Amino acid sequence: MAGVTFSGADGTLFAYLVGEIDHHSAQQLRQAIDARLALAAPARLTLDFGGVTFMDSSGVGLILGRQKRMREAGGVLVVQRPPAQIQKMLELARVSYV
Amino acid sequence: MKAQNLVRCAFYSRGVNEAFARGMLAAFLAQADPTVPQLADIKTAVSEAVTNCIVHAYPNGVGLVRLTAALYEGGLVRITVADKGVGIPDVEQAMQPLFTTGNPEERAGLGFAVMQSFMDTVKVSSAPGRGTRVVLTKRLSPRG
Repeated sequence: MAGVTFSGADGTLFAYLVGEIDHHSAQQLRQAIDARLALAAPARLTLDFGGVTFMDSSGVGLILGRQKRMREAGGVLVVQRPPAQIQKMLELARVSYV
Repeated sequence: MKAQNLVRCAFYSRGVNEAFARGMLAAFLAQADPTVPQLADIKTAVSEAVTNCIVHAYPNGVGLVRLTAALYEGGLVRITVADKGVGIPDVEQAMQPLFTTGNPEERAGLGFAVMQSFMDTVKVSSAPGRGTRVVLTKRLSPRG
């Protein structure tokens, strides 16, 4: 199971992801994030992975899709606080994080 | 080489079963006392293999995915994920990083690259119309 909660400040939308991200759960997360993006139209989207306990490459697809959306809208995407195992996945996919 | 222990199951190619496959595997591997990173590597690789079956093997419906996990002497883990779906026309091409036949916004095309990076060996055999079989191995190095 995975989930996402949001907060926003100063043009940044924070999406706090929790649980296990796989192909199945990524679809629900994608819909939730895209719906909030359409509503808030932020200049920056920060995906916070601090609460994610598992992620396969479906999570990379989730990031790259949101990155494309943000770039097309003139905004930026930031990935923050990935746990060690997810750092390994992001480094393989050459996705930068803070 | 005879396995010290083995478990085999079959499940429908439904997305909800990705988590089931990881959970079953983790429960089986607990007896081998893997480290947290070792277990995470294996769960991630198996999740990729199972997802490939769910996304690609049965485009017109659901079919069975067969998962076999075996433990051998010396901490060797061998996992087989197999389907009887459409098969892969060009395995070499499918294993190239970033190659995907799915929606690139949803699928990063990294499934096989992740399996190769997170496991010791990955063998893929496939025949169009007959299905695909992925065999993953990893040796659990002793703790310490």
